[in-house]
Parts: sequence; C-alpha cells; structure tokens
Amino acid sequence: MIWVINIVGFLLVAVIVWWFWLYKPARTAVTKEKPLVILLENGVYQPAHIQLPANQPVALEFFRKDASPCAEMVIFPALDISEELPVNKSKTVRLPPLPVGNYEFHCQMRMYRGELTVA
Amino acid sequence: MASIVAHKGHSTQSNATQELLIEGAGCASCVRKIETALSNVAGVESAQMNFALRSVMVSGSASTDALVQAVEAAGYRAMPVAANSEADTLEEKERADAAYFRRLLRHTLAALGLGIPLMLYGFIGGDMTIHGGADRWAWLIVGVLTLGVMVFSGRHFYIGGWKSLRNHSANMDTLIALGTGTAWMYSMVVVLAPQIVPEVARHVYFEATAMIIGLINLGLALEVRARGRTSAAIKRLIGLQPKTARVVRNGQEFDIPIERVLLNDKVRVRPGERIPVDGVVVEGQSSVDESMLTGEPVPVAKQAGDAVWAGTINKTGTLIFTATKVGKDTALAHIIQMVKRAQNSKPPIGRMADVISSYFVPAVMIIAILSALVWLNFGPNPALALAVVSATTVLIIACPCALGLATPMSVMVGVGKAAEAGILIRNGEALQTASSITAMILDKTGTITLGAPKVTDIEPVESWTQEDLLRLVASVEQGSEHPLAQAIVESATERNLVLSPVSHFQAIAGQGAEGSVEGKTVALGNRKLMNEKHINVKKWETRAQAMAAEGKTPMYAAIGGQFAGLIAVADPIKPDSAAAIARLQELGIRVVMLTGDNRITAEAVAKHVGIREVHAEVQPSEKAKHVETLQREGEIVGMTGDGINDAPALALANVGFAIGTGTDVAIESAGITLMRGSLHGLVDAISISKATLRNIRQNLFGAFVYNVAGIPIAAGVLYPIFGILLSPVIAGAAMAFSSVTVVANANRLRFFKSEKVA
Repeated sequence: MIWVINIVGFLLVAVIVWWFWLYKPARTAVTKEKPLVILLENGVYQPAHIQLPANQPVALEFFRKDASPCAEMVIFPALDISEELPVNKSKTVRLPPLPVGNYEFHCQMRMYRGELTVA
Repeated sequence: MASIVAHKGHSTQSNATQELLIEGAGCASCVRKIETALSNVAGVESAQMNFALRSVMVSGSASTDALVQAVEAAGYRAMPVAANSEADTLEEKERADAAYFRRLLRHTLAALGLGIPLMLYGFIGGDMTIHGGADRWAWLIVGVLTLGVMVFSGRHFYIGGWKSLRNHSANMDTLIALGTGTAWMYSMVVVLAPQIVPEVARHVYFEATAMIIGLINLGLALEVRARGRTSAAIKRLIGLQPKTARVVRNGQEFDIPIERVLLNDKVRVRPGERIPVDGVVVEGQSSVDESMLTGEPVPVAKQAGDAVWAGTINKTGTLIFTATKVGKDTALAHIIQMVKRAQNSKPPIGRMADVISSYFVPAVMIIAILSALVWLNFGPNPALALAVVSATTVLIIACPCALGLATPMSVMVGVGKAAEAGILIRNGEALQTASSITAMILDKTGTITLGAPKVTDIEPVESWTQEDLLRLVASVEQGSEHPLAQAIVESATERNLVLSPVSHFQAIAGQGAEGSVEGKTVALGNRKLMNEKHINVKKWETRAQAMAAEGKTPMYAAIGGQFAGLIAVADPIKPDSAAAIARLQELGIRVVMLTGDNRITAEAVAKHVGIREVHAEVQPSEKAKHVETLQREGEIVGMTGDGINDAPALALANVGFAIGTGTDVAIESAGITLMRGSLHGLVDAISISKATLRNIRQNLFGAFVYNVAGIPIAAGVLYPIFGILLSPVIAGAAMAFSSVTVVANANRLRFFKSEKVA
C-alpha cells in the first residue's frame, strides 16, 4: 500500500514540475485594431499569456475586480511601466512599440503574473 | 465575466454623458456651430454648450475621438474632461480599501468564532479523535460548520487557488487552499470512514482549518491598513492640489473644478489659497510659500512676470496669473507621476527575491509532498496523521508575500519620504546606488555657490572713472550670455548707466569678449586675452591674484588697446554649503570640486567650504572625463550639477544629482533631482537612500530567514531530536503576521529624520 502512495506522490511532483514550469500555455493575440481587456480576479490575470505584434504600439485594458491590495498595481519591469488599477474600473496601459521577445508583467508581490510574447 | 474578457470594439461610450472643453470659441455664435457639429456625429443624442465655461456636455454613444474630431473640423479645439482627478481616484481607492477591510474583518470573526472555541476545547484536554458512535455525529456537525466557514470566509482562497492552478501559476491562495483543504478533507475521511484510517491516526483538524482561515484574513486586514500608511507621502502630494480654481473669463469670475481650467485662462488667487495650476503672474504682488515643493521654508516674493506653481500657497496679496500648465502638465502633477513611478520601480537588490518568488509556490508544494512521504515511510505512529499535519503545516507556513513585499514596501515609503523633503528619486536603481556612493563630484557654480555672480570690485587706471569703465565694458557684455557678463550688465543697470550700442562683438571661448563701443575697441577677459592682444598687465597681476585668492573672478579690461582696469565678479557661496559638505565627508564620502573657473578662485572657494580636492579650469565637455577617472579608481561616483551643461557628466556618473530651481522635475539626465538649492538636500537624499536600503535588507533577511527556517521546521526536522512538530494553527498565525511585519517595518521609515534638515 505504501509503495502506491509513494508512486502517487512522486507522480504529483512530476505533474507540478510540468504544469508550472515546463508547460507553455496558449496565448491570446492582441493587435492595434483589437484591444484586449485583461480581467484581474481571484489571483489571476485573465488572460495571462498574451501575444503582441512586434514594433507596434498596443493598448492593454486592465479591469480589476479583486479589491485585495495585491491586485492594486500592474508592473512591466522591463519597460519601466507601472500603473495603479482602480477597483471595478478599467484602466488602459499603453505599451510602446516593442522588439521581439518575452516581457513579464506582474503585481508588486508577483502573485499575479502574466507574460507578453512579442512576435 | 466572459463578456468582459473579450476583445473590445473601438472606444465607445454607451449612452454616457461626456464633457469637452472647447478652445477658440470667442463669440456666442460659435455655440451654435459647435453644437451642430457635435449633433451631426453618429450616436450623439444631445450636445449643449455653456459658453461662459467653454464646456459642452454631450450625451449618446459616440466615441470621444469622434467628438473631438467633429469639433476640430468645425475649427475649434476640444479636450475631453478627465472623469476623475487624482484626489477623486485616491478617495475612491480609500473607500474600496475600507470596504475590503470590513469584509476581511467579517471573514475573520466568522472563522475565529468557530476556530477559537474548538482550539480551547483541545487545550483543556477535549478529545479530538474519533472513536465511533455519538462523537462521529458531533464531529460531523463541526465538519459541516467548518465547511460553512470555508465557503463564507475562505471562498476567495479556494476560487483564487483553483483559478491560478488552471492558469499554470500558483500563489498564496493556492497554498492556503491546499493546506486548509487537506486538513478538512482528512478530518472528514476520519469522521465518515474511520475504518480506513489507522486507529491511532483518527484525529480531526477542523480547528486548524477554521483558525488558519481566520488568522490569514486577519493578517490581510492588518496589511490593508498598514499599506494605506505606506502611501501617506503621495496622499500628501495629491492633497496639495486644490479642487477648484477661480477663473476670470470675459470679465466674469467663476469657481470651477481644476480639470476645467484652460491654458491661458486668467486665474485669481486670494491670500491663504493654494495656487491651482502653473502660470505666470500678470497682476498683483504677494509672497508664496513653495516649501511643499522645494523644502525651502522662506516664502518667495511674486510680482508680474514671475512664475507660480500649482500646490503652493499664496500668503499675503491677491495674484492674477495666466495659466501656462494645466491638468497633467503642471509641475506638481509631474512630481506625483514621477514619485508614483519611482515607488513601483525595483532596486536591483530585490531581483533575487523576484527570482525566488517566481519558483516559490510550486517548490513549496513539492516540499509538502516529499515531507508527507518521508513521514509516511519513516515516521512513528500515527504516521498518516503526522504526514497530513506536516504537509498542511508546510503549505501554510510558507509565505511568498513577505518575500514579494520586502522590497516594494520599503521603496514606496523611502521614495515618498524623499519627495516630502524635496528630493525626487527617478527609480529604484538610483535609490540603491545613492546609498553606496563613495565619491561625490560637485560643480562649483550654482551648486556650491548661488550661481548668481555679482560685481564686487571695479578698479580703473587713473585715466578712467569706475562708471565710464563699467559703462563701456557692460556695453560690450550686453551681447554675451555668459553669467559673468550678465553680472556686469546688471551692475551697470543698478547704477542707472546708459549703455551704448556694440558692434563687431566677439565672444572668445575661454578668454572673454571684445567689441567696438563709441568708436573704441573694448576687451574684457582673462590674462590670456590680454596676452593675445599684446596688452601689458604685469603691474596688475598681483592685485588680480589677491582678488582671486578671495574667491573672486578678476577680469582685465582694455580700451583702445590700453589696459583700463580690473573688474572682479564673485559668485557668493551658499550659506549652508560648508555645513552640508562637512556632513558628506562625515559619511565617509570623498568630495571633489569641478569648475571652469581659474585655479586661485577655485581653491579659495574650496578652502572656504572645506574641500581638499579641486579641479579648476575644466571645460564643460571635460567634466564627464573626471567622472570616468574616479570610476576607474574604483569609486562609486555621484555627480551634482545644475542639469544643463552637466548633462553628460550627470548621465555618466553612477548617480546624477541635479540641483533644480524648485520645479525642474524633468531633469532626464539625473537619477535624483533636488528641488531646493541647498546641498543639505544632497546629503538628505543619500541618508534616505541608505535608510531605505537598510530597511529593505532587514525585510529581505526577515522574509528569507522566516521561510528558510519555517518550512523545514514545519516539515518536522526538529522532530527526531526534540520531538517538536509545529501545529498548523501556529503556522497560520506565523504566515499571517510575517507579511504584516514586513509592511510595519517598511512603515518605520516614515519616521526617518535626517540629522540636519536645512
């Protein structure tokens, strides 16, 4: 019996490694013509994985439903952009034209996390 | 919510009322034209203009862009009125925070209302194991009540945990949900099917679930309160902005919200009122308290032609001024934006914590599983219960929040504290580097000195009078923009001398200037200029050196090819420069002075303020080289200048400190801008950055030690030697208060006081 639990335990460890660190989730595309609303609720950005066109300015609209102070700021560290997000209101964050690459965005504590893939 | 998480169409307003401010509407007939233009836009239901206020209210579903275009096509300019001012946004945020705080308290009370009696029951020796029979029914009721607490008080943890799991990210909610969920489910298995659990392991942990949810809600509530205090500085800055302005349009006065003040509006400010927007005085005299922006305590006299800034207080008389910067363009608005941006930028010291926290939660989940397996395989009886306890405790005690909060909370308070002292820190990197500066280069003019030279001596040869000599050289210098030339022209103006026109004016770089006045060639400059003109000044050199030794800049004057006299100009040293430089040296910082002035003058000034290392006769373009030289010597170099001709050196230095004139907030080349002229601001900036970095280190150390020590203890490393296995309730309390401790420690920075405030 104990060996079954051990195998299940190690399988769980493998699943955690794959699910959180190895898996590449699908990305939601955004273009200049199709602005995107990113919802902040229950500890996550929805969507959190976003694809942007390279070398084009893009506006992302954040809608914060979570009153917890964790969700208060959205920070794009590589772009030196930080914006305070009001509760139950949308806030537009304008991004400059970006070269190809991955750009993280997150809250102050990095509990809310998302990634822009510029391609 | 699916409707919100969707691509939006173009920015349209659904049957909302929008307000536009109109520029260029000079007559009542414009009203009709503008209203018609707006009414023709698709989606507009009505457009009504108030001519006196130059504003038009438009209702309907048309986009703001379409409305602005329609007004512009009609020949006017339109600006949408911002829906919310900074102050309104702040009030809204405070209301939202207060509501969230109350909700968290309700959640806390409900959870602790169940958890505390259960825990006390355990403390007084109550049996918390299942033996079968009636106690199973009693514990089933407790289990259902605990489920109620989980749904009412902990719902946000479970929904958040689940959503973040699905999103391939994991956060604090995930850990709490897994920890409390594991404890509850194990307990329910014990209650509902005790036969599948070894008899010794039939313990229930409902009290742990309820207590953990209660304590973590309490911790979050305290954190909301403590966080509110970290933004006290930005609140004070936003509070400087009055909500209304009294504008004079077409001879009528209106009190209007400041968002509606237009460029070139005439604004009246009465004694005791705050100035609402930036502008230039056109009428009246008064003194204005600018201390809230510059830290300078003495009010500044204002009269026609002087600039005034939003947020400062008009003290004595009524002023009417023309608005030159409104809305987000005022100096105060820029300061607020810059402080906000800097408060959210992270110094390099926080990067390690960022990397760790991005792997933290999944790593803790793995540790919890491995810990449970170790207990199951090698633990004493009841191994299963101990495995559940250790896994739950590991999940609960781990606190990614403390780690994530350690740096940003201190930066927020430190940058805000600096802003209150008239010090604008551009970003976290400048803040961190300023704390470790080992050498400081000070530009002389405008930094150590007032930057406003004055004529101190006029010594003509016998054939000239002071007035004639000054009149002729001032006539030449009126064509020059050099600060020394301006001092000479000012001195002539003060003596009411009438200047003559100059022809053939020539500025000779690094030497002086010459020109033709009243038919005579007049030259003024240094000895090099006299040598080039073959004018013998040997007899006067001793006198010139004596002037230089007093810190003055002597200039030789020649008229018609003959030496005509000496004129000395001095730039007074700021009264507190020597004291501030002494403070810098007390901090162990090597202080170096750079100046384009001659060596004797430079050394006299340096001696007066206690600087031993001086580089004189340095061209502006050479300043950057001196920065490089010090950096090659291994120094971390700060460069302080006025931000104009020092820009390359400021940019090259590890940290550039720009001394502004109160509101030059956009000195791009500087990492730190000092809004007041005093060098004490420089020392205060370094002291605040040192205090902030010390605070960050304390927070990071505390958060690291807490997690590095807490997680193994929770996993049970102390059990084999001391027989100690942490209770999940204690873990919940520790976790809840670890992030509160970090925020509270950051808040201590609010009480930071510099040793000497000028």
